[in-house]
Amino acid sequence: MSDAALSLPLVASEQLESPARRALRRLFRRKGALVGLIVIAAFIVLAAFAPLLSPYDPVATSWTLVRKPPSALHWFGTDDLGRDILVRVIYGARASLSAGAIAVGIALLIGVPLGLVSGYRGGFIDGLISRITDAMLACPFLILAIALAAFLGPSLGNAMIAIGISTTPIFVRLTRGQVMSVKVEDYVEAARAMGNPRWRIALFHILPNIMPALLVQATLSIAAAIIAEAALSFLGLGQQPPAPSWGSMLNSAQRFLTNAPWMALWPGLAIFLVVLSFNLVGDGLRDALDPRER
Amino acid sequence: MLNFLARRILQLIPTLFFVSVLIFSLQHLLPGDPALVMAGEERDPNVIAHIRAQYRLDQPIPVQYVYWLKGVLSGDFGESLRIKVPVLELIRQKLPVTMQLASMAIVIALLIGIPAGIVSAVKRGSAWDYGANLFALWGISTPNFWLGIMLIFLFSIELGWLPASGYVPLSENWRASLASTIMPAFVLGNAIAAILMRHTRSAMLQVLESDYVRTARAKGLSERVVILKHAMRNALTPVITLGALELGTLLSGAVLTEQIFSIPGFGKLIVDAVFNRDYAVVQGVVLVTATIYITLNLIADVAYILVNPRLRA
Repeated sequence: MSDAALSLPLVASEQLESPARRALRRLFRRKGALVGLIVIAAFIVLAAFAPLLSPYDPVATSWTLVRKPPSALHWFGTDDLGRDILVRVIYGARASLSAGAIAVGIALLIGVPLGLVSGYRGGFIDGLISRITDAMLACPFLILAIALAAFLGPSLGNAMIAIGISTTPIFVRLTRGQVMSVKVEDYVEAARAMGNPRWRIALFHILPNIMPALLVQATLSIAAAIIAEAALSFLGLGQQPPAPSWGSMLNSAQRFLTNAPWMALWPGLAIFLVVLSFNLVGDGLRDALDPRER
Repeated sequence: MLNFLARRILQLIPTLFFVSVLIFSLQHLLPGDPALVMAGEERDPNVIAHIRAQYRLDQPIPVQYVYWLKGVLSGDFGESLRIKVPVLELIRQKLPVTMQLASMAIVIALLIGIPAGIVSAVKRGSAWDYGANLFALWGISTPNFWLGIMLIFLFSIELGWLPASGYVPLSENWRASLASTIMPAFVLGNAIAAILMRHTRSAMLQVLESDYVRTARAKGLSERVVILKHAMRNALTPVITLGALELGTLLSGAVLTEQIFSIPGFGKLIVDAVFNRDYAVVQGVVLVTATIYITLNLIADVAYILVNPRLRA
């Protein structure tokens, strides 16, 4: 009894806050997620202003500077063709971050509509979409991405498409599951009773309510897509030389591991930091958007 | 149970059908004419026409698919264009290598992931918990090819303890075999250990709050018995089945790990085939991988029901 009385004013003040604001406040309260956001922001700034921040050309080679260890002039050292590694890591952020964002964008653009249709319509279409999704999920993610990238031809753009398509079934399945659980809710029933057409219900009543789950998965998928881009570039199926990418830098570093180990250290560390940050933000978002947690 | 099993197996048929269509159509997305690739240097139109007829490349695609499927169903996956060896023979040679790697990786993952998960759940909020969570984040976020390169630098180049690349079969010399596979197995196991740790931790936390654990404690049982005998048994059931699903991660990871350590396994087979435009090998490997993965999923589902009496009804 006294408990209920005490909690009343609290509930009132929480209701004034919109769900998005509350989620944001909770997200910022998590140290890990906050650190992740700061690191991601830093890498985005580096990528965006790469030409202004870089004292050297990322692709110009110099035979006098081949494989120099880290020094005051070249903080991260130079590579086998005499290029500054720090500058190449900064420029490499462009390939990695855009690959992560574009691949997941493709997966969302294809996967969410298919999942909505599949979950909301049911029947034959649902069966067909679900079986195709199952078939794609049965092929391990990276193997599917490698096969697609090879078939499309080696380039950064094709790698993004290949990773995007390989990520799509995850979003189809997630959206479908979420739609199935949301469509029996009273507010969807009410929207239907009011005579709204199906597409309107799906877009304006169901989609906003499944956004939190999609947002969490999208953040975690960006992390996976960045690793996948690095993997494809490492194999020579992504960004083509001499354009810098963290994956292809690691590939050439492998050949000079004995003489120039710094070549392998920095690009790997950059991948690790960015992927870690997206994972931290994804985990933080999951907790912040969980209605069971207060 | 039998009903469930039958339904589950019936569901596999359309999935496998779509997998086969997906894999077959990949070939036709490939730029370039397979007949030209096979003809090699010789651009004699007669030779090319002969190859087209021999491999039925002159037939409509659905007809080609039916022929291909017929072959696959009778165990004929075709022949590698490059080395003229039956695809099935290649798979038979390479699969055991990856299996050895995968088994070692799973053992490593279990040995690290489960104890770490239990400790972090039991000592929730402590430095142990914090450390285990950091380890999990590290495992999930480290690209395995980078970890592989760094391990080669440390253990092969700097310390000279382990070979940097190559593979020795287990039957030839078990010590050399273990030495050649321990680093790649650790690289593969590391990521799975992190995932297992997270599953174990959340399952243990749930179980530790349950009534029967409270009863066990109220009976005066020691904390050790409560955790190891009562809580762990129930917590690990879902973890083991979830772990089986990580086999896809393992197969994906093997692709790059085998590349870095020059291990002639399944992963290296597919990368080489992709670069050589060896269509039949790519199709065969992806099909076998998908079938293994689907079967493991089925076994995991069934195992989950078998060990969980409440679901058996």
